[in-house]
Amino acid sequence: MIDSSHTIAADSVVADSNVVQADRTRHAPWVKASHWIVTISFLTLAFTGFLILMVHPRLYWGEVGNDLIPAFIELPISRNHQHGGWDKSTPFFDDEASPVSANRTFDIFNKNGWGRSLHFLSAWFLVLTGAAYLLAGVFTGHFRRNIMPRPAELKPALFWNDVIEHARWRIPAGTGGPRYGLLQKCSYFGVVFVGLPLAVITGLAMSPAINAAYPFLTGMFGGYQSARTVHFFAFVILIIFLLVHVLMIIASGFKRQMRGMTLRGKHEN
Amino acid sequence: MKTSELITRRRMMITGLSSVGGLLLTGCSKKLPPSYGNILRMGDTLTYAAHQTLLPGQKLVKEYTHRDISSFPATGTTNPGDPNTHNSSEVYRNLHRGGFTDWRLSIEGLVAKPGLYSLADLKRFPSRTQITRHTCEEGWSAIAQWTGVPLSRVLDDAGLLPSARFISFYSYDEWADCIDMLDALHPQTILAYGMNGRDLPLPHGAPVRLRVETQLGYKSMKYLQRIVVREEFDDGGKNGNIQNGWSWYAGI
Repeated sequence: MIDSSHTIAADSVVADSNVVQADRTRHAPWVKASHWIVTISFLTLAFTGFLILMVHPRLYWGEVGNDLIPAFIELPISRNHQHGGWDKSTPFFDDEASPVSANRTFDIFNKNGWGRSLHFLSAWFLVLTGAAYLLAGVFTGHFRRNIMPRPAELKPALFWNDVIEHARWRIPAGTGGPRYGLLQKCSYFGVVFVGLPLAVITGLAMSPAINAAYPFLTGMFGGYQSARTVHFFAFVILIIFLLVHVLMIIASGFKRQMRGMTLRGKHEN
Repeated sequence: MKTSELITRRRMMITGLSSVGGLLLTGCSKKLPPSYGNILRMGDTLTYAAHQTLLPGQKLVKEYTHRDISSFPATGTTNPGDPNTHNSSEVYRNLHRGGFTDWRLSIEGLVAKPGLYSLADLKRFPSRTQITRHTCEEGWSAIAQWTGVPLSRVLDDAGLLPSARFISFYSYDEWADCIDMLDALHPQTILAYGMNGRDLPLPHGAPVRLRVETQLGYKSMKYLQRIVVREEFDDGGKNGNIQNGWSWYAGI
């Protein structure tokens, strides 16, 4: 295991003669720092997000959605699931199809007082670190060099080959540095440029003050509840990424990979 | 000797830091809500300050058409006069029985003419009708048509003094809350007495509720009783959101 990774590390230095200065066997300190700040904020966001979802475990499409309107998805994740604690409904208008009002009689589960505030506090860490990371990624060439798949790599045959390799559980030993495989690059690209930004934008689209200032943010998702639903699916996809990412770290040599993203210094192997 | 020196230095640092902190706090006390050293409340304050600084002020929220009006759950207090609730108000029960003819909204504090406004008084002002989305912190939303008088119009009538910075609200179901002047003078911030073309129903805050469209639903206080204009931020004590573990600012 360790031998083969040494070979790969040596290969990378020879193969990338055009990027002489970049040591692709080591993560830059700013990459390590932002990786862990984002990890902690993401875990906190996932936990508090789930807690917030437990308060109203129903998802809808469009602008409106509440217990008096059919849901698109109902999740059995708290005592609030289909609690049925509603008084007889009263129509607002005289016609048959009139929207109604009903009083809630059920004492719901609600920890949003601290849940929401902790969610937004963690979001500040994610957004500020994320912004610094994106700037650094562009200006140091980290994205161009390590994250973006090269044009030569973007071939169906190479994709297919990498998929087969993963399916057969032939995971190459990791270098503990930013020398990534094709699927690995694509999934990091997806998280950095699609998944996390989508979670942040749909999150902002749910804020009433930001709605007032920039109504297009909610409009482009088709309404407040649609933004909330997309926010939930962004979370699901990011959680799946996290699980696969941890699995791949274990499969490619947990100790070396973890040391690579934490303490391993410049002259250490 | 060495130890005592260390302690002294540490004490000096602590004293120094806390006095700097104190100065900062004093400097901010008029503008920002207190955090009581709670990191969550500090985050809320950061969000509030960021919204104040970065968002263009006084933009109107989206208004919908009559067709968009949706079903609307009534949550929290649905009848302050109900004798079976912990915050039951006998005064409210009697006002409700009398069709709210004896209901008066008291406007106090930093105004030239403090006074009592009846429902008829409020209805004499030019009204504003808006169809807006109510967004609850729980995660649900609903669209309704609200009719009322812009808060700015009533404050103007009472003669808002230049030192006014915050508007506190008190309700018959024993809640206290406040909003800043930016939200108070927002054209869509109204004292609503009508919902979906009828009198405001009991479960939705009769006879008059606040509508703060730029924030979450819990800022739109139901069953209004009293308005106090202040220079200093007031957290509402045990009836306010901060001391109940909630963010004062709900623009997010």
